[in-house]
Amino acid sequence: MRNTFTIAGKELQGYFVQPVAYVVLTVFLLLGGWFFFAMLRQFDEMVQLIQMMGQADQLKEMNLNTRVIDPLLHDLSIVLVIVMPALTMRVFAEEKRTGTYELLLTAPVRTGEIVAGKFLAAASFTLIMVALAWIFPLILMIFGDPEVGVMFAGYLGLALLALSFVAVGLFTSSLTQNQIVAAISSFGMLILLYVISWPAEAGGGMVSSVLSYLSLPEHFSTMTRGVIDTTDIVFFLSVIVLALFLTQRSVESARWR
Amino acid sequence: MIEVKNLTKSYGNFVAVKGISFKAERGQILGFLGPNGAGKTTTMRIITGFMPATSGTVEIDGLDIFTNSLEARRRIGYLPETPPLYSDMRVESYLRFVAKLRGVKRSAVDGAVDHVVTVCGLTEMANRICGQLSKGYRQRVGVAQALIHDPPVLVLDEPTIGLDPRQIHEIRELIRGLSGERTIVLSTHILPEVSQICDKVVIINDGRVVLEEKITEIPAGTSLEEVFLHAIAREGHVEGASPEETLEEVGAGHSGQQTPPENQ
Repeated sequence: MRNTFTIAGKELQGYFVQPVAYVVLTVFLLLGGWFFFAMLRQFDEMVQLIQMMGQADQLKEMNLNTRVIDPLLHDLSIVLVIVMPALTMRVFAEEKRTGTYELLLTAPVRTGEIVAGKFLAAASFTLIMVALAWIFPLILMIFGDPEVGVMFAGYLGLALLALSFVAVGLFTSSLTQNQIVAAISSFGMLILLYVISWPAEAGGGMVSSVLSYLSLPEHFSTMTRGVIDTTDIVFFLSVIVLALFLTQRSVESARWR
Repeated sequence: MIEVKNLTKSYGNFVAVKGISFKAERGQILGFLGPNGAGKTTTMRIITGFMPATSGTVEIDGLDIFTNSLEARRRIGYLPETPPLYSDMRVESYLRFVAKLRGVKRSAVDGAVDHVVTVCGLTEMANRICGQLSKGYRQRVGVAQALIHDPPVLVLDEPTIGLDPRQIHEIRELIRGLSGERTIVLSTHILPEVSQICDKVVIINDGRVVLEEKITEIPAGTSLEEVFLHAIAREGHVEGASPEETLEEVGAGHSGQQTPPENQ
């Protein structure tokens, strides 16, 4: 346990002295800000249009949660697909290339502790990133009246999604000493998890229900709509645990290969 | 104590280490020699538990590095071929990190860091970023991290490479001063280094041990260079190869071994 925290502490410090993490954070928040702005403009225009047409009952259906936060979270999730591989690509790959991997693996530390420490650090940084994106709901809360509970569920979904991306990224990084290879393969896996349900839309049956269960957006959408269902939480946690388990096996394989 | 028995390591079809056995007693400094590509680094990586052997065993103070890995690794200080520095960390925080990782008690971490910083002459560099250090200082930080938990067994892969003559002298003195109760294995290409500080020499060539002898048993008047060349030539492998020339050898007026290989 102590070793896990030692590694996590060192890694987390590393994120704050390296440009990659800041670039990821900046891109995430800047794009988020742009989407937020775009969504708000659309919302505003719709409201004015409806007011001009004097349709009071339609005005009631205009809702900040479904019209602004829900699409914003979906856009942010796509930004995460693109930037998270960049955040996690170096975690193992760089150590292998620079030779510090030898220090890590010859220290009296279990591979599980190494993986846990590295995940803890990357996860903390990611959670800070998602927490900073609360700026958008906060702005809405100051000038409007959105439902906080629904936003909370949505952001919980975004956090879980981001943590699964971190776990997948750690796994691909543990497979190679080339950061680009790590980033691209993690990117590929994330996209696949995003589109895996596409064939399912065509036909029914067993295969399609399995595919749609595996689809990330499927579970994420439930949460952005404000529903916290154990099925979805279990799904995200299983992705995280499975990816970390594979990472541990991959690091451990250096000991018997 | 380090005991290596019948160590073999193959990478696919290529066999890098072919049944190496040797033993380093407590208090001994063992010089591990061999031409480039003889399997020195591979052997050291197996001894330290970084990679597994294909067959054979390594025991550190009686603990098997494979089956009792964690306990065995606790006893080893290891300087790999390239000093394992995190280029964006400061020297001091790097050493603190390694100390904690190697299981130095929380209350003893400060003391351990101060100690190795002083011993390795890093006092003025303690606040510098590892990535900005010169090769010599990187090497010293590498030695410092190997010593930080005061291990009974030290494995040093070319500790004096890239240092200037004064630093070489300092590190040598440091290693000599460290021996005492410790077991030290060091690989090097600088032969006079071995005759100066080692108690025992093991020469490997092409993955096999070709000589294992106490320094005192080498006949007087024979230089280690002659012993080395003779040992590896016996294998009929490096005909006409010249040893790495060092400042000392040049200074001592050795100019032999410069005839080009005959097979051209």
